[in-house]
Amino acid sequence: MPMKIAICVKQVPDSWAEKKMVDGLLDRASVDAVLNDLDEYAIEEALRIVEPLNAEGATHSITLISMGPERASEAIRKGLSMGADEAILISDPALSGSDALTTSKVLAKVISDGGFDLVFCGTESTDARMSVIPAMLAERLGWAQLTFAGSVKVDPSSSSVEIARMSESGVEVMSASLPCVVSVIEKINEPRYPSFKGIMAAKKKTIAIKSLSDIGISPSEVGISGAWSAVLDAKARPPRDKGIKIEDSGEGGLKLAEFLQEKRLV
Amino acid sequence: MAKVLILVDHASGKVAKTAGELATFAKRAGDCVGLILAPEGQSQALSEQLSNTVIGQVIAVESNDFAKHGQGCILDAITQVVEKVKPDAILIPSTSAGKEIAGRLAIRLNSGVITDAIDFASDLSATQSIFGGSFTVSSKVSSGIPVITIRPSAIEAEVGSSAPAFEKVDVLISEKGKLVTITDSKPAVKGGRPELTEAKVVISGGRGTNGDFKPVEALADLLGAAVGASRAATDAGWYPHTHQVGQTGKTVSPQLYLACGISGAIQHRAGMQTSKTIVAINKDPEAPIFDVADFGVVGDLFAVLPQVGQAISAKRA
Repeated sequence: MPMKIAICVKQVPDSWAEKKMVDGLLDRASVDAVLNDLDEYAIEEALRIVEPLNAEGATHSITLISMGPERASEAIRKGLSMGADEAILISDPALSGSDALTTSKVLAKVISDGGFDLVFCGTESTDARMSVIPAMLAERLGWAQLTFAGSVKVDPSSSSVEIARMSESGVEVMSASLPCVVSVIEKINEPRYPSFKGIMAAKKKTIAIKSLSDIGISPSEVGISGAWSAVLDAKARPPRDKGIKIEDSGEGGLKLAEFLQEKRLV
Repeated sequence: MAKVLILVDHASGKVAKTAGELATFAKRAGDCVGLILAPEGQSQALSEQLSNTVIGQVIAVESNDFAKHGQGCILDAITQVVEKVKPDAILIPSTSAGKEIAGRLAIRLNSGVITDAIDFASDLSATQSIFGGSFTVSSKVSSGIPVITIRPSAIEAEVGSSAPAFEKVDVLISEKGKLVTITDSKPAVKGGRPELTEAKVVISGGRGTNGDFKPVEALADLLGAAVGASRAATDAGWYPHTHQVGQTGKTVSPQLYLACGISGAIQHRAGMQTSKTIVAINKDPEAPIFDVADFGVVGDLFAVLPQVGQAISAKRA
């Protein structure tokens, strides 16, 4: 059976850009938007699993799934030029301000309706940085959760996946049968740059843009009205007071030690 | 009186420092109930380690499935304990696994979830520091039992003096909870140094070390500090990836952060900007790290660091 692999990707504000907040939400229109860096590792890993198998005649497919404004298609196009086959973008004005609970609900609906058996994700988006979506997808789909993978082995003949989970608590080798949700850490591979051929091919690939009603979710369940938490207050952190800066002319270390002792930090 | 359930983290038979910290936040809102999920026969010993915290009551669930099947079983257990205890809020340490558990629990309880909080108030609202510390956001879960993960070291743990009441409960673990099988597990190698996210002092090295972390480590050991590294240093293979501080690594907010030979790209600052005091040593006077430093030394870390160490040792002698 060919595997249908879904990769969840997100368009995020460029992590180098300065951010503004309006009414407790990130002002996404004012910053450049790019494909979330960490999703590229998921795309690369899926390609590395599928390409050798397909070269021997298998027909495994890779679909990118994203939720976001229509301009997210630019970021998705990058994933297609790396080698993914097609993409689905769920775009609906009602989704603005959605939290992780809503995002996972929308993505899980598309994944379960699409007949996928394996989902790849990055560990987190560089904007919200919650790193909960992969686990939430596993929960909503009722699938096995294999997250924070530093290595992945997929055996299509036995429909099983084994990963080495790498986190601050150590390394755990864990396995499960398909279907499952895998998230990969950025140490797993070095994502490829899209080739010229890949970029040209991507222009012909389909990005199916779907509204909430297309996927069968009611607008009242999502967005700010459907959010499970409310922002009470958001304020820019006051800039740090201008610090002391000295030139080391032989006794920089002594002065630093004095500073630390004065502040009772050592 | 509100009741707050906290998840007591532990590894290799030792309770994590976060237990006392979460309890301190929980006490602001009401009574603190600690939940221990442990292998057969180990919960009592773990509970006894909590007598110096402000946890009033411990609920323990014992099962060898937690280590064998991971989060699926943990979720089953927490959900059933929540039904029994009926807490007003649930606090979980903001580790990789803690955040995942919180996210899944929120779905099961149909509740809102807030991750990586640095503060928790008596009205059950939580404060987060986002976009690398450039914004502070306070929010409140508006539906269900708030599930909140708290960043380690967000607060100094209040010291308690009585052992919590101990109760062991049984739970039913579903087949769905056992979808994953853990076949091998190697705990993180704990060196003599404190855990990066829990340390009061962090000393990090970057490109400027040229791969030689000896002066960084020497001062770290003198100060009882954890050692961090910039992405440039971990990518070059100079220091283990687990020590990386920054956007794709760990977020730390110690009392003192000392950046040595780190230019301070925004991605690095995202991981350390909320540190109480920041000190930078860099050869380049234009390095952006100086913009966030309370004290900056333009100079060579190989000259400055040993001198700092000598001065501090001399003072102590």
